[in-house]
Amino acid sequence: MSIETAPKLNWWNRIANPGQFVIWTKPLLWPLVIVTAVLFVVGLYFAFFNSPQDYQMGDTVRIMYVHVPNAWLSQFVYGVMTVSAVGTLVWRHPMADVSMKAAAPLGALFTALALFTGSLWGRPTWGTFWEWDGRMTSTLVLLFIYLGLIALWRAFDDQLRAARVIAVFTLVGAINIPIIKFSVDWWSTLHQPASVFRADGPRMPGSILTPLFVMFFAFTFLFITLQLKAMHTEVKRRRVIGLQRRMAQGDRA
Amino acid sequence: MIDLGPHAVFIVWAYIGVAIGVAGLIGWTLYDARTTAGKLAALEARRAA
Repeated sequence: MSIETAPKLNWWNRIANPGQFVIWTKPLLWPLVIVTAVLFVVGLYFAFFNSPQDYQMGDTVRIMYVHVPNAWLSQFVYGVMTVSAVGTLVWRHPMADVSMKAAAPLGALFTALALFTGSLWGRPTWGTFWEWDGRMTSTLVLLFIYLGLIALWRAFDDQLRAARVIAVFTLVGAINIPIIKFSVDWWSTLHQPASVFRADGPRMPGSILTPLFVMFFAFTFLFITLQLKAMHTEVKRRRVIGLQRRMAQGDRA
Repeated sequence: MIDLGPHAVFIVWAYIGVAIGVAGLIGWTLYDARTTAGKLAALEARRAA
């Protein structure tokens, strides 16, 4: 087949090649770093110098500007892992399990930070750092799921076999995401119901929504940047493992 | 710096905790990238030799 008659590869097939994926996405890293840094500077300026006290929470509303983005990412990252797990099991896309593995530690940290900032907000607002209510308990379960998945990745030598097993566990764990989301509606929880993402619009003024949304995008861009970098590293790590195996076989022969 | 009111300690520690967590995550990601790239370069050099 000549070059002229060869079928053209679409972007989906092209990024299925780990080397091509790295070449295509590497130029995105620095622009992403700059956008993330600018968003954090603007977000922190609004959070501390250009937003009012809440009429009920007072200044503790400023904790929301780091708590809500981390809570959002704790679930969003798991969503990314779930889509990657489907990509691994259904399409056997080579980059899907790389994405799944790279996202797990990031999701674990965002979940831990959501719990940490939530407890620091809870003490002055509810009078307690922790309560075993639906939202907090299901988020703690999510943290344990992340840690379990990280441990599973480390337990396997064969990363391709690990990917299929972990993809199944990831899909089973995904049942916890709607439980976290709807826990405040299903049970009488101490945690308040949704106040930003609602069918009838957010229940807060623009002066508080602005820093919240800027920080929301800052943390989301941070995740995208770190996820890309971690995926590049994972591609290299697999190449290291492949080379080490080939060299060991060569030494034995 | 603005006055953070009677609960300033909770606000300040929330931001310090997040800053430490995010800095740690960035540092770990870069360290992992650097050590893995170093290993790959060393192996490829050994293979080429």
